[in-house]
Amino acid sequence: MSQAAFEQLVDISLTVNGERVEARVPAGRHVVDFLRLDLGLTGAHAGCEHGVCGACTLQIDGEIVRGCLILAAQMDGAEIWTIEGVTDSKEITDLQDNFVERNALQCGFCTPGMIFAARDILTRHQGVPSREDIREHISGNYCRCTGYEAIVDAIETTARARNSEQEAAE
Amino acid sequence: MSIRFDNPDRPNSYIGRTVPRPNARRLVEGRGRYVDDIVLPRMLHAVFLRSPYAHARIQSINTEAARAAHGVRGVFTGADLAEHCTPWVAVLAHLKGLKSAPQHPIAVDRATWTGEAVAAVVADTRAQAEEAAALIEVDYEPLQPVTDMRTALDPETPVLHPDLGDNLTFQREHVSGDPAEVMRTAPVIVESRFKTGRHTGVCVEPRSILADYNRSEKQLTVYHSTQAPHMMQVVFAEHLGLPEGAVRVICGDVGGSFGIKVHVYPDEVATATISKILGRPVKFIADRLESFATDIHARDHEIDARMALDEDGRILALDIEDLTGIGPYSVYPRTSAIEGNQVVNLCGGPYDFANYRARTTVVLQNKSPTCQYRAVGHPIAAAVTEGMVDLAAEKLGLDPIEIRRRNLIADDAYPYTSPANMRFEGLSHHKSLNKLVEMMDYPALRAEQAALRENGVYRGIGIASFIELTNPSPFMYGIGGARISAQDGCTVRMDPDGSVVAMSGVTEQGQGTEAMLAQVTAEAVGVPVQRVRVITGDTQTTPYGGGTWASRGAGIGGEAALQAGRALRENILAVAGAMLQCAPETLDIVEGNIVDLGTDTERMPLSELGRVVYFRGDTLPKGLPRELVVTRHYITSDYPFAFTNGIQASYVEVDPETGFVKLLKHWCVEDCGRVINPQLVDEQIRGGIVQGIGGALYEESLYDTEGQLLNANMADYLVPMASEMPDMIIGHVETPTRESELGAKGAGEAGTAGAPAAVMNAINDAIRPLGGRVTSMPMTPERILRSIHHLPE
Ligand code: FES
Ligand code: FES
Repeated sequence: MSQAAFEQLVDISLTVNGERVEARVPAGRHVVDFLRLDLGLTGAHAGCEHGVCGACTLQIDGEIVRGCLILAAQMDGAEIWTIEGVTDSKEITDLQDNFVERNALQCGFCTPGMIFAARDILTRHQGVPSREDIREHISGNYCRCTGYEAIVDAIETTARARNSEQEAAE
Repeated sequence: MSIRFDNPDRPNSYIGRTVPRPNARRLVEGRGRYVDDIVLPRMLHAVFLRSPYAHARIQSINTEAARAAHGVRGVFTGADLAEHCTPWVAVLAHLKGLKSAPQHPIAVDRATWTGEAVAAVVADTRAQAEEAAALIEVDYEPLQPVTDMRTALDPETPVLHPDLGDNLTFQREHVSGDPAEVMRTAPVIVESRFKTGRHTGVCVEPRSILADYNRSEKQLTVYHSTQAPHMMQVVFAEHLGLPEGAVRVICGDVGGSFGIKVHVYPDEVATATISKILGRPVKFIADRLESFATDIHARDHEIDARMALDEDGRILALDIEDLTGIGPYSVYPRTSAIEGNQVVNLCGGPYDFANYRARTTVVLQNKSPTCQYRAVGHPIAAAVTEGMVDLAAEKLGLDPIEIRRRNLIADDAYPYTSPANMRFEGLSHHKSLNKLVEMMDYPALRAEQAALRENGVYRGIGIASFIELTNPSPFMYGIGGARISAQDGCTVRMDPDGSVVAMSGVTEQGQGTEAMLAQVTAEAVGVPVQRVRVITGDTQTTPYGGGTWASRGAGIGGEAALQAGRALRENILAVAGAMLQCAPETLDIVEGNIVDLGTDTERMPLSELGRVVYFRGDTLPKGLPRELVVTRHYITSDYPFAFTNGIQASYVEVDPETGFVKLLKHWCVEDCGRVINPQLVDEQIRGGIVQGIGGALYEESLYDTEGQLLNANMADYLVPMASEMPDMIIGHVETPTRESELGAKGAGEAGTAGAPAAVMNAINDAIRPLGGRVTSMPMTPERILRSIHHLPE
């Protein structure tokens, strides 16, 4: 991008973690950098900045996306949820508990992105997904520390618990 | 009093229990604090311009346009930084003959690998620095690169550093017994060539540093994603001309390291140098491309191996000829000769035989520098050794389990000195093998394999025994002159509310060091583990230590914590005795309370003792010591290293049409001595196995003949992903080291050490009926197909 285009500032108005945000962002700034640099939401991490590692995974308008591939300037009117927001809303406390309990994280750098991938399969999948389904679903997220098995276990445990709760409720 | 670790009902029994990590919650909520999360006032961002050539003379650099660019606060060439930072030469005195050339933070007149920094720009934002870096004009004169390690020593090949005379940086040969004679006369000889692929660590958090030189205090504070804060303190001080005491290295959360972050990187030293020049905080976060091109690589080896056996399949001799290319410089300060040296030290390690010759030849080349990466040399030695054992078994018609039973060092043979002169205090190869056979139900698996083969399904079982070097003494680096501590310390403090703080020189990289330290401290003092807070990674506040490398955290840092905690306990009991008017020996501390020894009757909580010591010291007898802060250090001294052992098995299916390998299951039995936290150990093993599988099947830094790195991005450099990885069954045998009271040895590298060998043997077991055999890693589908169809590589 040329210097002029890069320096161009764009006004956006959006909600982040349920809060209204007005910002003026450089046209070339990606969402993950906008969140980290402008809003201090450092939970999303930049591991590759080319859409492969998944460390920057977060939710925009209901879909999980790579925050390093999308420009903040396109976020006018968007609704973004980051790891900080879904932690505060307590909607994934069970998943986080199981990650801690099962030691499904070591260095933790991949974890916020991994949690979003896990949360996604837990909400989309009817019943308890198979281990293969879980492995497939998180296969866009690198983890160099754990070898993945503990992550699969933690997601499976959460799915089972949610499923039996749901069955009990029905 | 010694702790009866074998009694699970003992009070405060945290050692040996799975206790969740105190820092995990923070990370799972996105509240980690990695270097890139830190923002300081007036902070600048550094970006490096890197050489597009593997080898080129830098004729001139024009920085004018870059200097004038928006937001730019400085542009620096190698010559600029050379005035402020001295170069280093990475040699160690005990690695005889090792030589390397002086290396600067930024190349001064010659670039020696694709990706070497040739200039730095600092600007208000990273984007501005990147824009400006693109405006720098460098006039290069391309030079002939040295790329093929096999021809690096040929007379026609240019000498990379003329002052060194040749491209041979290190060579070591070790001979014991009479291997030549045995090879001449032995009834059974097998031989093979092995190749391990050059690959790298791919930490998801790239290398990161934020250096902040404060002129008013003359202090350099460095926030650094590193494994060895004290080592880095020394390095920054020495090369920037500062007293060691004026450098503080702070290491918060680290997003994976695996040996990648235990080395001195020129761009990181450059960042600190620039901060000192400007008197402002400067941050450098490597992007992914520069990570692939400048993080250390490893495992670029070719090995010719020969093994001699008798008719019963007993190993008589082993001969190893190892060649490795390490890039243009030996990496500071640990050097790049260690990996080859480890191959010499470790080949044949699990087996009882007497005649051994091994030689490593370490050459220079114009590729990324290589150095120590998780399990340094072990995966290579294990792949070669275990590959040879399987080859011998095949030739003799022995089952892979049986040939290992005949050759593994007997469990009652210790202490034992290997033909490579490694001293083993106590290993458990046979117990581990028996446990593995039981865990995987070996006979049933063989039956399943045979049945499926009838139906044209090619499955294979691979076995690999291994040893792992842990708990290093100064014999690893210190004796060679490097200021790298093999000793570690722990300070344990009781605060007024009865809570405890433990400060340690070992560091947390996600492996669970802080949980381990909390458990050991809690048990040693006698408090609930939740009442222990752990501080690591700050050279100004923690005791001096080595940090994280060579699987030393639990064995060395853990023992220091145990000793410190127990000393604090004694001091607490002395005060308690005075307060309760009884002999301290009649008291104990259980779950945060002073109790009567034996009956556990509660006398008072530690908070009461804390209240009196800190706020009503006047009520205690004058002169009564009330030292509620204690420091202890620990260093291993009986053995240079504490070796561990283990055995792995891999079960795979190979598609003969596509060459595709499906990993069905993986087993590992390992013996790291006392297990402090079973879950953390198991997860170290699992993570390590998958990292080993990466090198076995996917990972390779590919270069063309001009020294261009062809796959410097995550899309083209493959790593293991969740969908391809197997479930892993982990078992343990515990042979505690008698050298320490805790008895812990290391576990961080065992998985990586043995996995490639197990997977290789499994693949070869699967394709043997098809006449195929692969010994080059990564074992890609293409290589497997070529071997089945006997096509040249
Ligand atoms: S940083 Fe976005 S996918 Fe890696
Ligand atoms: S926990 Fe370190 S990358 Fe996943």
